[in-house]
Amino acid sequence: MDFLTSSDFWFLSLTSLAKTIFLIFLVVLPMVSYTVYAERRVSALIQDRVGPNRTGFPTSLIPGFTKDFSPFLGGLGQPVADAVKFLLKEDFVPGHVNKLYFWLAPCLAMMPAIVTLAAIPFGSEFLGVKMVVADINVGLLFMFAISSVSVYGIVLAGWSSNSKYPFLGGIRSTSQMISYELCMGLSAVPVLLVCGSTGLSSIVNYQVREGWLLAPFTNGGLSFREIALWVPIIIAFITFTISMFAETNRLPFDLPESETELVAGYHTEYSSMKFALFFLGEYTAMIAGSALIVVLFLGGWHLPFIPDGAGQGGLNFLHAIPSWIWGLVNITAFFAKVAVLLLVFIWIRWTLPRFRYDQLMKLGWLYLFEIALVNIFLTAGILAFTK
Amino acid sequence: MSEYFPIFLQVVVAIGFAASALLVSVVLGKAAKTNKAKDSAYECGMPAEGGAQPRFSVKFYLVAMLFILFDIEIVFMYPWAVVFREHIAAHGPGIFWSMLSFAGVLTVGYVYAIMKGALDWKS
Amino acid sequence: MSPILFYLFAAMTLVFAVAVVANRNPVASALSLVVSFLGLAALFVGLDAYFIAVIQVLVYAGAVMVLFLFIIMLLNIQAEERRKINVPAYAAGGLVTVAFIAQLWFVLQKFELGKTAFAPLAEKHVDDVRNVGNTLFSTHNLPFQVIGVLILVATIGVVVLSKRELK
Repeated sequence: MDFLTSSDFWFLSLTSLAKTIFLIFLVVLPMVSYTVYAERRVSALIQDRVGPNRTGFPTSLIPGFTKDFSPFLGGLGQPVADAVKFLLKEDFVPGHVNKLYFWLAPCLAMMPAIVTLAAIPFGSEFLGVKMVVADINVGLLFMFAISSVSVYGIVLAGWSSNSKYPFLGGIRSTSQMISYELCMGLSAVPVLLVCGSTGLSSIVNYQVREGWLLAPFTNGGLSFREIALWVPIIIAFITFTISMFAETNRLPFDLPESETELVAGYHTEYSSMKFALFFLGEYTAMIAGSALIVVLFLGGWHLPFIPDGAGQGGLNFLHAIPSWIWGLVNITAFFAKVAVLLLVFIWIRWTLPRFRYDQLMKLGWLYLFEIALVNIFLTAGILAFTK
Repeated sequence: MSEYFPIFLQVVVAIGFAASALLVSVVLGKAAKTNKAKDSAYECGMPAEGGAQPRFSVKFYLVAMLFILFDIEIVFMYPWAVVFREHIAAHGPGIFWSMLSFAGVLTVGYVYAIMKGALDWKS
Repeated sequence: MSPILFYLFAAMTLVFAVAVVANRNPVASALSLVVSFLGLAALFVGLDAYFIAVIQVLVYAGAVMVLFLFIIMLLNIQAEERRKINVPAYAAGGLVTVAFIAQLWFVLQKFELGKTAFAPLAEKHVDDVRNVGNTLFSTHNLPFQVIGVLILVATIGVVVLSKRELK
C-alpha cells in the first residue's frame, strides 16, 4: 500500500507535525531555558548566593511604561536575554579547525536529543489524538539507538577543533558514554521483563493497570509478588538514574568538560550559537532522559484517581468533567514529573564533587554492570518462580 | 510502517532548527577581524605546543571493543525480556535457564577481562 | 513502503556507501558509513523489520563505528594524498565489478523462491520483537547458545591482543 498517497496521509502528517512543534518549540525549548535559569538560581541557593535576579522583560522600551516588568522572583527574563546574547555574539570560527566538521558537530550533538523525544508518550489522549509523536513498538530501543548516535557530535567536536583540550574531552566523553550505555541498557531489562513490551505506550498502559513500577500501591493492594518485585525495580531505578547522569555528562560525571583540567572539554574552541547548540543538546538530552525515567518507572502521564484523555479509569464522579480537560491534566502531570526529576539533577550537580576517571570507569564497568546483570536474573527469578 | 513517518518529520524539523539557528547567528553576529593569536588553538594563553592530537591510552580502544561485545549480549536480552512472561506461562521456566547459561558463558569472558586487568584504569 | 521513500533511502545508502571509498579523509569515510547505516535502517523499517532496524542503528552506527573512529584517532591516520589515476588498475577494478554484478544477476535469475510473492502479514501492527524472542527461545535455542560461546572467544581475543600494552 502506498502510504504517501493514502487518504489519512495528510491527517497523520499534520497532526504529527503539530505534536512535534508543540513538543519541541512550546515545551522542551522553554523548559531547557528555564532549567538553565533554575540551575543558576538553585546553585545560588545552595551556595548561599543570590543568583541572576535582575533581568526582567524590557517593557520600558515601550512608550508609556516607565518600569521593566520583572515578576515573582525577578530574573525571569534571563533566559530570553541569554538566547538573544547567543544570537548576537560574534560568530567566530578559529583558523586552525577543520571547518566543515566544526560546523557539523554542534548540529550532530543536538539533533539526536530532539529526535529521541519522538517516541515519548507525553500524555494520554487529547481530542482523540494520541499524545505521542510516533507510537512505535520498539520505542525504548529507539531511544537507546538514537542516543547512542549522539556520541558523534562530541567526538567530532573534539577532533575537528584541532586542539588538545577538546580532543581529550571528546575521547573521554565517548568512552564514558559507551560504558554507561551498557549499564543503562541492562537496567532497563527488568522493566521489560515486568511489562512484556518495548513500546513506551504499552509500558505506561501496564503501569496504569497495575500501578506505577516504582510505587505499585498506586493501584490499591499489594500482592506478595508485587512486594517481591519492588526490590529489583528499585535497584533498577537507581542504576538507571546513575547511568542517565553519566550519559548526559552531568556532574558528578562531567569529566568530558571538567573545567579544572580540560578548560571546557570538547567545546573549548566554540562560541556563540554553535556553543549554544551544544548546551541545548545537553539539556534536551537531560529532559529526554528524565522523561524516559518517568515513563519507565513513574507511571508516565498517569496520576492515581485521575481519568485519562478518553474519559477512562479514575474516580467515577470526575467523569462529569469533559475528557479533554483530563487530557490536559495528564500532559501537565507528565511534565511536572519531568520537572521534579530535573530539579533532582540540578540538586545533585551542586552537591557532589566530580569523580576521577579511573573511579568513573570502575563504577561503570565493575559495580553498576554487575549489579544490573544480577538484578535482571533476580527479577526473572521472581517472575518465574513465584505466583 | 506509517507510525514511523512522524520520526522522519521530526528529523527534518530538527535539521531545520539547527540550520536556521546557525544561519541567524551568522547573519546577526558578524565575525570581527582575526589575528594570529585569535586563530591559534587555546592553550591557556601560551603558544600552542606540539601536535594537536596527542596519543592516548590503548585502554580507550579496549573499552570500545568490550562495549561492542557486551552490547550484543544486551541486544539478545531485549527479545528475551519481552517474551519472558508469556513463554513461562506456556512452556515453563526453561527460558530462564536458557538465558542464564548464555549470560553465564559471557560472564566467564567478563571475569577473564577483569583478572587480566583490562578494566583497571589505575595504572 | 512508498516507492518515493524507498528510492530516497536507497539512494542515501548507496551514495554514502560510495562516499566511504571516495573520501580521502578517514574520519569523513567513517561518518559516511554511519549515514549509510542509517539509510539501511530506514529500509529495514520499510520491510516491517523494526527490531532489526533499531539494532542496526544501536550496534552498527552506535557501537562499531565508534570503535572505527577510535582506531582512526588512535593511529592518527592523515588524509590520503591524491594520486595519479592508474589506468590499468582502474580498468581491472571495473572489470571485476562488472563480473561480480553479472554473476549475481545469473544466480538471482535461477533463484526460484525470489519470484514467489509473500502473503501479506495478517495483523498490521506486528510486534516483531516478540516474534524474534519466540523464535530465538523455541526453535533456535542452540544457535543462540553458540553465539554466546562466539562472543566469549571474541572477548578473550580482545584482551589477549591488547595484553602487551596492559603488561
